[in-house]
Amino acid sequence: MEQRRICFWHSRRNRTRSYQLTTHRLKPSQYAILALVGICAPLGDSFLARGMKQLPSISLDHPLVLVAAVFHPWIAAGIVMLICFFACYLTALSWADLTYVLPTTAFGYVIIALIGRFWLNEQISVYRWAGILLITVGVGFVSQGPSLTEKDLPWKDAPETTSEASEAHS
Amino acid sequence: MMPALGTGGVNPWLAAAMIGGVAITSTIGEVCTAAAMKSIGDLDEIRARSGLKGAIVAVLTCPMFFVGVGFLAIAFFALLLALNHLNLSLAGPASASLTLVTNAIAGKIFLKENVDRRRWISACLVCVGVYLLAH
Repeated sequence: MEQRRICFWHSRRNRTRSYQLTTHRLKPSQYAILALVGICAPLGDSFLARGMKQLPSISLDHPLVLVAAVFHPWIAAGIVMLICFFACYLTALSWADLTYVLPTTAFGYVIIALIGRFWLNEQISVYRWAGILLITVGVGFVSQGPSLTEKDLPWKDAPETTSEASEAHS
Repeated sequence: MMPALGTGGVNPWLAAAMIGGVAITSTIGEVCTAAAMKSIGDLDEIRARSGLKGAIVAVLTCPMFFVGVGFLAIAFFALLLALNHLNLSLAGPASASLTLVTNAIAGKIFLKENVDRRRWISACLVCVGVYLLAH
């Protein structure tokens, strides 16, 4: 009888769990990491471009000049931003699908364009406004759905089974 | 005669091959990196359990991660090659937006991700949006 009760409890919990996982939602901290992925990559590229333009043209005959360029403040800032981007990107891929992360982080392009418009007073053409609108709609669309396709991953089952076993035992 | 759409005088088929090469190598890199991170597990949990050093060790001891990074490096040099021959206004947005679509296809086939109608529509909207924004 006790065994049957535990089995029933397990199946009920599994049903609840599978529902929760198929409607997988992200925590605010995870949204923050996705935002960092979107912002750090274009900012890092911009910093690198700004730094490289301040340097004299570099010939391949003198590759050591490239090493010295790393210590230029804008280039160093760009490298730091790109390291932040890659760390956040890897973290995001560890708990969300690739097909969720890529469209969601494309919102960074929109942020950069808006910074250019309202901070640097750059002109944005109608085509660019159309692009901003499409990306915003696309990101809003994908972020309403589940972020992770649930599969039988060994690292996912191990802690769940332990907690279930301890709960069933208690 | 076929018009050269910002190909900088390069044969359009060669231009398409260059942009396709960037998209394919980039997609292989992204898929391998994503597969590596899924096999490692949630990095937030690993960091909470073993600290930042443990998370870095977990990533650096995964061979698939280095395969992914290797292909991403090849994609970077392929993009440099494309930029050397094509106009930035074509090669940049075209490769970025094409990569979104090829990633959706590869994610469905190789990573067995649930790419439902919502994700297809979103990938296509963002793809066109990135092209318009960067063009």
